[in-house]
Amino acid sequence: MATVHDAQHDRAHRPGRPVPEGHDPDERGHFGPYGGRFMPEALIAAQDELAAEYEKAQLDPEFVDELARLLREYAGRPSLLTEAKRFGERAGGARILLKREDLNHTGSHKINNVLGQALLVKRMGKRRVIAETGAGQHGVATATACALLDLDCVIYMGKVDTERQALNVARMRLLGAEVRPVANGSATLKDAINEALRDWVANVEDTHYLLGTAAGAHPFPVMVRNFHKIIGEEAREQSLAQFGGLPDAVVACVGGGSNAIGIFHGFIDDPGVRLVGCEPAGHGLDSGEHGATLTKGTPGTLHGARSYLLQDEDGQITEAYSISAGLDYPGVGPEHSYLKDAGRAEYVAVTDDEAMQAFRLLSRTEGIIPAIESAHALAGALRLGRELGPDATLLVSLSGRGDKDMDTAAKYFGLVDESGEPVADDADGEAER
Amino acid sequence: MSLHEVFAACRAEDRAALIGYLPAGYPTVEGSKELLAGMLAGTDDAPGCDVVEVGVPFSDPVIDGPTIQAAGDVALRAGFRIRDLFDVVSSVADAGKHAVVMTYWNPVHQYGPDAFARDLAAAGGLGVITPDLVPDEADDWMSASEAHGVDRIFLVAPSSTEQRLAMTAKASSGFVYATSVMGVTGARDTVGDQAEGLVRRTRAHTDLPIGVGLGVRSGEQAAQVAKFADGVIVGSAFINRAEQDGPAGVREIAAELGRGVRSR
Repeated sequence: MATVHDAQHDRAHRPGRPVPEGHDPDERGHFGPYGGRFMPEALIAAQDELAAEYEKAQLDPEFVDELARLLREYAGRPSLLTEAKRFGERAGGARILLKREDLNHTGSHKINNVLGQALLVKRMGKRRVIAETGAGQHGVATATACALLDLDCVIYMGKVDTERQALNVARMRLLGAEVRPVANGSATLKDAINEALRDWVANVEDTHYLLGTAAGAHPFPVMVRNFHKIIGEEAREQSLAQFGGLPDAVVACVGGGSNAIGIFHGFIDDPGVRLVGCEPAGHGLDSGEHGATLTKGTPGTLHGARSYLLQDEDGQITEAYSISAGLDYPGVGPEHSYLKDAGRAEYVAVTDDEAMQAFRLLSRTEGIIPAIESAHALAGALRLGRELGPDATLLVSLSGRGDKDMDTAAKYFGLVDESGEPVADDADGEAER
Repeated sequence: MSLHEVFAACRAEDRAALIGYLPAGYPTVEGSKELLAGMLAGTDDAPGCDVVEVGVPFSDPVIDGPTIQAAGDVALRAGFRIRDLFDVVSSVADAGKHAVVMTYWNPVHQYGPDAFARDLAAAGGLGVITPDLVPDEADDWMSASEAHGVDRIFLVAPSSTEQRLAMTAKASSGFVYATSVMGVTGARDTVGDQAEGLVRRTRAHTDLPIGVGLGVRSGEQAAQVAKFADGVIVGSAFINRAEQDGPAGVREIAAELGRGVRSR
């Protein structure tokens, strides 16, 4: 059985480096050379208003209390910290702790951020919310918050993603949102963001763009991070209270990077805790079909901020690929770029196949079906656990549940045939147990 | 001739300048040179554009509407590369005409701001319009454009505060690009009624010429904008005509708009 280490434990094998100085971006939203505001002038006034309103709201006890109440009474926080013992046996015997964001209302961490931003929208007196979604998690969360707070809601979603995530499209519509499929470009998340930005330029006076990840123009990266910081803060307290110490590493999936930055921030001042982000390697880092922005990308500007990007030598953005609709984004939040360069966080890449193996393994060993996004983090933990051995304690962000991904998973494992009918038992090959 | 001189010459004729946009490489690199030449020439009886805006096709054109996005996609699919931009700009400059470039920031960032300004100046380009680069983030660009004598054309919007209008006008050279409506590019039936107010507000902060873009598509609209602006910027309307009628259609619409800016 793994033993739990405390923060002061000597981990000579891989000490984390401290963040250079401070955790907040400068007043123009720069994390070192990353972040900022690379956006049309027409939107600057709205960003200024948002930044000012957010500053005020953070200091307003009424706002802080209302958000805390919603998170507690509506979203279901605090989320649990669950030890995954049988899964850990397969991870070199490491102790694996799962931060159960999948248990939140709407089934993922996304609700933390949308409740915060939706409350800000009310404060700003705007009526209309637009958002983009890849896997549908953020779209469903946004539609939910808009229903709760009586806001008009339009969700942009790549056409390819509406097909991969038909059930989530139905959920959003049931919740009263209008879903607009986007057929431009690769018809996935980045194209949905482009379309949402266009809508925003035309309607900025009464419309808030409720960005779903810790990317985009200032103040989105810092604001979204702060709404998600609660994941890491809770997990840190729970680690100490339930397991008597801090983990050796915190592992999370990174597409745009919102759940990762949220859980990382609970531990960023604990230099003994490694922060490990798992990006989608898709069909492999050398296949040209992946979404491993920090591993294979280069710095550039997209969707309002400077950050690592997947781009060609002309600066054209290249299409990202992942089996997970929530991770196939060619950019990443600027703070991750900063943490990578600073050496405070490490970023590794996990293929579709590794993620799907971890997906099935968690389902069979723990009775928890994770989102395919989260399965990337689980695959990273399997690798890290096997490397560090049974003394290691790994905290994994289980950012969402897998219900939305059943169609993809059933096809991947051959559990259904072409027409979606179930096939004979044991069709998914050798049992992974 | 610098942009300053182009606008001064138009002013001497008591008219606004006509500025036409077309993405480089649309429908092909050679095809775009021909279309740009047609935009500049107009017809035998009416002159066309005073300046062309050569667009850099980009994979993620967030402020462009469907017409320009589709044209950019055509160019990219036909194999457009950034080096072709300088070739297209040269074709305009070599004919004794005036070109500026409109580009999202990432291609410039990737090329290197200094190298971009250097190569554009060498190709005879006069300036660069940067729809997603505001002066707040433009330190590299200020020094690169300064060093190579390329004008910096920043945008102002109806939502810009007085402080931002002043700051943006101060950072600009050549002219200031006023976006007439809150919205993306694309021909519209009416020019936004916010345009005139925005020009007036901007004028209070600068002596630079002010060009108005987004939404102009007819000679009548051009005449209307020319009453209060120093330059009338037209994009999607040229692309629509190019698509329907090729270079001959582009010459015709250039002439129609050219008459428009002369009839204020």
